[in-house]
Amino acid sequence: MDDFRAQVESERPYLLRFASLQLRDRHAAEDAVQETLLAALAGETGFVGRSSLRTWLTGILKHKIVDAIRRAARDSTVLPGEPDMAEFDALFDKRGHWQEPPSTWGNPDQTLDDKQFLAALKTCLERLPAKTAEVFMLREHLGYETAEICKVLAVTPTHCWVLLYRARMALRACLEESWSRPWTRKK
Amino acid sequence: MILSCREATRLASQGLDRPLSFGERVRLRVHLAICSGCTNFSRQLALVRRAVQRLAS
Repeated sequence: MDDFRAQVESERPYLLRFASLQLRDRHAAEDAVQETLLAALAGETGFVGRSSLRTWLTGILKHKIVDAIRRAARDSTVLPGEPDMAEFDALFDKRGHWQEPPSTWGNPDQTLDDKQFLAALKTCLERLPAKTAEVFMLREHLGYETAEICKVLAVTPTHCWVLLYRARMALRACLEESWSRPWTRKK
Repeated sequence: MILSCREATRLASQGLDRPLSFGERVRLRVHLAICSGCTNFSRQLALVRRAVQRLAS
């Protein structure tokens, strides 16, 4: 049993990294991890060893994170307004063509292995507005469907799609600018 | 009806979040076939999706 406790505890750094990607508030992330470890050790949902310990703990953590987001959304008094599509006007000309067409990012598998790409992505995520980043990471990091995200945040599906679109537009523009392509680096 | 890049990017993004209708898929494909900017754009979105999955590890 103490062995199990030690194994669970050893996953704490990973779980904190995982939670911090979604919850910007450091304390909220630590709380969610703490609740996860307690729930795991109390055997609230038994670990049967079919999945890896990390996968099992991450599954519990996802629920704790969404609980935290739901609580925060309930407590917030400002209702998010419907986003305005005019913010994307500057990216396109009058006929709706790109002002600056996106470039190629090379071979996807090689780009994914590029540490500088992942570092740039992290920085770009931090630059996103809080609400936009929250919706984007619920979708892409935690893998929730749009319908579930709408329920958690009490927003319409259209609003969700616009927030996701905004996040993706901002991220790709940020990466386009800040990621230095491996093929332009000096060897 | 030919999509503009502006409309094509919205569909490409929504295609990651909901099933597109048959008509939407066809219009997007036709646009991507003639537009390298939007082709790069949709590849970038797919890449960002995969990259986010790697951030915690």
